[in-house]
This record gives sequence, structure tokens and C-alpha cells, in this order.
Amino acid sequence: MSATAVTVSQPDARPAPVRGTYRFELVKLLSQWRIRLLFAACWLGPGVLVAGVSQQSSLPADTVFGRWMSQTGWAGTLVGLSFSGTFLLPLVTALVAGDVFAVEDRLGTWRHLLVAVRSPRRIFVAKALASLSVLALLLAGLPASSIVGGLAAVGNRPLVGLDGHLLTPAHAAVAVLAAWACALAPTLAFAAVGWLGSVAFGRSPLGLVLPALLALALQAAQILPLPVVVRAALPNYAFVAWHGLFTDPAQAGSVVVGVAVALVWALAATALAYAMFMRRDFTDVAYDGLGAGIFVWTVLPTVALLVAGVGMLAALTPASGSGVDKAKLDASLATAYGHLYRMQTTQLHRPDVTEAQLQATASCDKGGSLVEDVGPGNDWRCVVTWHLPGTKATGSAIYQLDVNPDGRYVADGDGPQEVNGFFQVRTPVGNAPNPLWQFDGSVDLLTSTSKG
Amino acid sequence: MREDLVVRARGITKCFGEVVALDGVDLDVAQGQVHGLVGPNGAGKTTLLGLLLGLGVPDGGELEILGSPVRRTLALPDGIAGFVDGPGLYPALTARQNLVALERLRGGGVGIDEVLAQVGLTDVADDRVRGFSLGMRQRLGLAAALLTRPRLLVLDEPANGLDPAGTRQVHRVLTGLAATGTSVVLSSHRMDDLAALCSDVTLLAAGRVVFSGPIGKLATQTDQLDYRVRVSDPTAARRIAEDTPGLRILTDDDVLRRPDVEALLVRGPEPALDDLIARLVGAGVAVRELAPVIAPLEAAFLALTRGSDASSRDDPSGDDPSREDPGRDEQGEEEH
Repeated sequence: MSATAVTVSQPDARPAPVRGTYRFELVKLLSQWRIRLLFAACWLGPGVLVAGVSQQSSLPADTVFGRWMSQTGWAGTLVGLSFSGTFLLPLVTALVAGDVFAVEDRLGTWRHLLVAVRSPRRIFVAKALASLSVLALLLAGLPASSIVGGLAAVGNRPLVGLDGHLLTPAHAAVAVLAAWACALAPTLAFAAVGWLGSVAFGRSPLGLVLPALLALALQAAQILPLPVVVRAALPNYAFVAWHGLFTDPAQAGSVVVGVAVALVWALAATALAYAMFMRRDFTDVAYDGLGAGIFVWTVLPTVALLVAGVGMLAALTPASGSGVDKAKLDASLATAYGHLYRMQTTQLHRPDVTEAQLQATASCDKGGSLVEDVGPGNDWRCVVTWHLPGTKATGSAIYQLDVNPDGRYVADGDGPQEVNGFFQVRTPVGNAPNPLWQFDGSVDLLTSTSKG
Repeated sequence: MREDLVVRARGITKCFGEVVALDGVDLDVAQGQVHGLVGPNGAGKTTLLGLLLGLGVPDGGELEILGSPVRRTLALPDGIAGFVDGPGLYPALTARQNLVALERLRGGGVGIDEVLAQVGLTDVADDRVRGFSLGMRQRLGLAAALLTRPRLLVLDEPANGLDPAGTRQVHRVLTGLAATGTSVVLSSHRMDDLAALCSDVTLLAAGRVVFSGPIGKLATQTDQLDYRVRVSDPTAARRIAEDTPGLRILTDDDVLRRPDVEALLVRGPEPALDDLIARLVGAGVAVRELAPVIAPLEAAFLALTRGSDASSRDDPSGDDPSREDPGRDEQGEEEH
């Protein structure tokens, strides 16, 4: 080699604009057949399913609002939301965000993209924005399709809330849209986890399935009788917290906590994914994920975030234990009963009464005298009493309550038969579904007992 | 002193964890030069090409490209294009869509139709890359690199998968570029490609430069070449060869897969071979064929890198840490 002198130094080439990079990422995403299939599934599937199920005699009563699917077109979309939060949204997120980085590893296109864009930061931003855009378009199809399907099949009728109060169609529409909006926060968190997995695992399919696996694990955790502060510190809490939008007053605390926690998870996972991505050495074509570093980059921060979240919620909210206790159930059941009794009164063409006139109260007991009256379970037995309109006598009815750890419960009427013991009531125009026979309710897990 | 250097590297080192991919590499590439990088698996060719594209920065040493020192990843002047580890193409997009996307990102100095014509892909411009052969992908990768009218073109095995016609086309493009002042750095395992294209080569072995200079000089790096001599009288020729100083007669099994009773296999330096030919002619033995069993360049390559595979001290597997990429085989099957 001879000694050399080089030419005059030149300025570095400018990176490609984010807008152009974003557009390229969109083109790449939309050219994938699985994304196109997802569009068809998200925009057509829910409507067809909701319309079909609404016409069946057997309704999905084990899902919240499922028992009302044949009564109002607004119930089907909420059943869809419950199902989506359990599995569909994480799965869709996994298929879009969980692959947006890893696909470049599989195709061997990273170096090409980097040379073209000349900025890893802009690539990260463009990929994140493009995958979010596609996700937003996909997710918009779920409520749109299910609402159209429900309204077309059943009609634009009032919706019975989770405390028995009747939402007019306009109010139901607002609440339904707000509930779907709540679900965006945990979806964003799963998208960020998808980016994290996509960056951390390289071409390994583990990155693709990470959001779905996480969703399954978190779903399992929500079923377990965990302390409420742990439950609320998980990113999928907002997938059930939206139930609070269907009570009057709304359980705003749970909704806010659920959304805020999910957003914090989203920010943390995005920051980790970004840091990992920026550290990657793209001259190393043998790179195949972080390997042993995955523990440091993913598991440790997850545990730290969960611990910090639990600590914050324990300090900032009055919640304790499971969040389910006798006082909350007494109040919730009495309120729901009062509202639904009025509905039954209307069905039977009896003179209207107000909840104040009824003065409904409830007294719940869990598992008899040997069991403490706290926590979820299907062994809650409640007696509801109310003042019969126009008389000094009081009525009473019995309910068996199956209370889920997430605060939702199913009240199953146990008599007397003419009040809540039979699934139909005889009205002047024929038999109709008895609103007092079985209904869904919800208690706010994040309030203290004294407030309940 | 040379004022026209496009690449100037001094003592470049690059490590991936405990794997030393490059170890004190020097490289000079002049303007308008086609410079070949050659070496066995694990030599560090792809890593070096990646540094020239700005995909990373050296851990040590100095690297200047187009007169600018490389200090940060992707912080390079305009005018550098190419690919390492295969051309980066998106199979679900057409050839034209791939180029349009690139043009939008980096701007284009040359028209898309023009570069497609240059590499002979005009007829398939609107076909999805998914259906392209490896050779067509290589040519499309070259077209993508040409879009920005580069001053430095970095190509990792551009002749991979090309048929003879495709090879000629790529050679024509590259020599044409060099003639207009573009510098080309390319790696290849095919010595005939390097011989046809490159004026200079750098031979890497286990991350170190074992030769750098004009390709003609590489051929003289070994004085022991194997030749096959086909003659009219093999018995007489064998006797004469045994008497020729500096020559050794080889058995067929040493170098040939198929025994050839009419051929004589000898090993020795060129002067000894000249002496043998003179003696054969003098003895009235007709020489019907004289050819190297292994091309001189390849022989030099083997001589200079002999033992380097075994001495892949940093990579016990002997594989190139930056070469073995199972994902590359999947390109044709991916939907993206």
C-alpha cells in the first residue's frame, strides 16, 4: 500500500425523510397477504358473527352483555369487545407489530433499508407509525362492523347497563365507542411488546407470537384471585375496566387506572425496543436476536415495571385485597335490582315506580357463616328486599351470585318465581324475557369498602 | 502520494463479541478502480464491505470514504451504494416498485427504466420479485445500486447465481461504470470473475490481509503450479519429465478426479515447465495440450490462504460469522 492523501472531506448524506420512510413501510405492510386477510376479517367478520349470533335462541350469556344480544343491537359489539380483549386484539397486534422488524431479518433486507434511509432512528419511528396506522385501520373495523351487524340484525334499541339502568340508544352509542377507545390503550401496549419481541428475537417466530403469548399469560392472571392492585397493574386491565363505563355513575377510577397503566406499559416497551434497536450492529449479519441478553432486556424490566405499578397503585388507590366484599355487592345488587324492577314494571304495564320509592336493599353472604364475606366466587347468596309500591309490605327475592375476580358478577334469580325465578314474565302482549331472572353486574374493585 | 483514493483504510479492526472479524486491515481503492475482495469463509469480506457502506464503524483503525472519515454509523457522504449479504429486495413488490421505493427514499440520478435496461430486466419490470431467480435478484440489486449514480459501488458477490449471459451483462455494467470514474469494490469466490473485472485485489484470510495489489501480481505469488501435459508418447514424456530439474511428476489421484492415461501431471515452477516443453519437442514428442490443472489465481489463493481455514482462531467452526445467514435462503418463499 502506498502512502496516501485523501480528497477534501464532504458532508454526510442526509437521512431519508420520515414521511417517505413511513410511506415505504406502509407499502410493505399492505403488500402482505396476511395483512389483507386481516382487513377482510376485521371489517367483515364481526358484523356477520354478531348478526348471526343475535338471531340464535342460545345466546353467549357467559360473556358480559351476551344475554342482551337479541334485545338490542348495541350488545353484540360489546360481546365482541370482550372477546377481542381476551385474544383477538393481541393476536392482530402480534401479526402486525410483532413482525414489522423481524421481517427485515427474514428477508435479509436490513442493510439495504439502512443504506437507503441512513438513520436507524427514522426507521424505528417509521416502522412504529406504519404498524400503528395499519393496526388502527384494522381495529376500526371491529367496532364498525359489529355495530352495523348488531343494529341491522336487532335494531337500535336501549341497552341495559351493568347496574340495570337503561341507556338510550344515543347514550349506548357513546358508551360503546368509549369502551372501544379504552381498549386502544392495552392494544398499544401489546403493539409495543410486539416491537420489543420483533427487535429482540430477530427472525425467530418467538417475536411474532410474543404479544399473543403475553396476552394468554395475562388473561390467565386476570382469572386468578390476585390482589386487585396486582390485577390493575397489568397492561390488560383496561380490557375489563371498560365495564365501568356501563354503570351510573361510571366507575371512572378503574377506567382511568386501566388506561394509564396500559399506556405506561406501552411507553416502557417502546423505549426498550428503541434502545435495543439503536444498539444493534448491522455489520454483524450473523445476528439472530439477543440470545441470553433477552433476560436483561425484557424479563427484568417487565418485573420492575410490574413491581413499580403495584407499589404505585397500592399507594394511590384505597383498594385492598381482592376488591370484592359484601358492602360493594350489597350496594351494587340493590341498585341493579331497583333499576331492573322498574323495567319489569314497565313490561307488565304496571304503574311506574321510582328507585327511591322501592328503597331496595340487599344483603349478601359468602359461603355461610364459616366463610369471610370477601373475594370472588360462585358461593355468594343474597337477599334483596324492597318496598312494594302502594303498600307497607316489603318484598324479598333471593339471588345466587357468581362473582368473577375482575368484579363482574352474574346474579341468578332464585325466587319467588313470579319475581325472579323464571326466565320469562307474562305480559299483556305475551311472554317476554324476565329482566330480574338473570343479569350482569359490576363492582368497582379499586374503591375502598367504606365507599362501596 | 495519491490524491484519487475513494477508500482509505488503515489498521481496521472489527469484533463481534469475542469474534475478531477484521484484524488490522489496510485497503486502498482508487477512483475508477474495480477492486476485488477475496478470501475463504470467515475471512471478513462481508464485514469489511459493510463498513464501506457505513453499516457500522470500525472498533479500531482509520477509515476514510470519499475523503470523509467514518466515525458514526451511516454517516457517509452521498454517492455510496451497493449491497452486502445479498441484494435487499422485497419479494411481494415488483421490480419496479422496489426501485421506486428506493428512488423516493434516496432520490434518483438515473431513471428506473434506464437501470432496468442496463441490467437486462426491462421485460420483467412489473413482475413480483418473489418469482425471480437468484441471478435476476442479483441484477435487480445492482440496478438498485445504480439508481443513485454512485461514486463508490460496494457489491457482495454480485455474480452469485448469474448465468453466463447475466455474468457478461454485469461485467459490462461494472467495467462501464469504472470507465466513467466510479470505483467498485466487490467480493467474489470466483477467481475468473475477479480476473475479468478487477485491476487490484485484496486477499483476506481470518480477518487479515495476506495480499493486496494488482491481480497479475497475485498470480505470481506461488511458484509451484500443477500442469496437465497431453502428449503423443506418454511413456517417453514421463521419462523426460523425470530428468527435468525442478519438476515433480504427480499421480492422477493427487489432482484429478478422473484418471487420464494420455496425460502427464507435473508440478513445478514456470521455468522448469518451459524446460520440459523444450525437451519434449527436442525429443520429438508432440505436445497436444498444456494447461494448468488449477488456474494460477486460484492456486495463488489456495497457497496464500492455506491453513487459514484451520487457523480461524476466532471462529472454531471455520465459518464466516458474517457470511452464514440461513435467512437468505428463505427470500424466495417470504411474503412481504
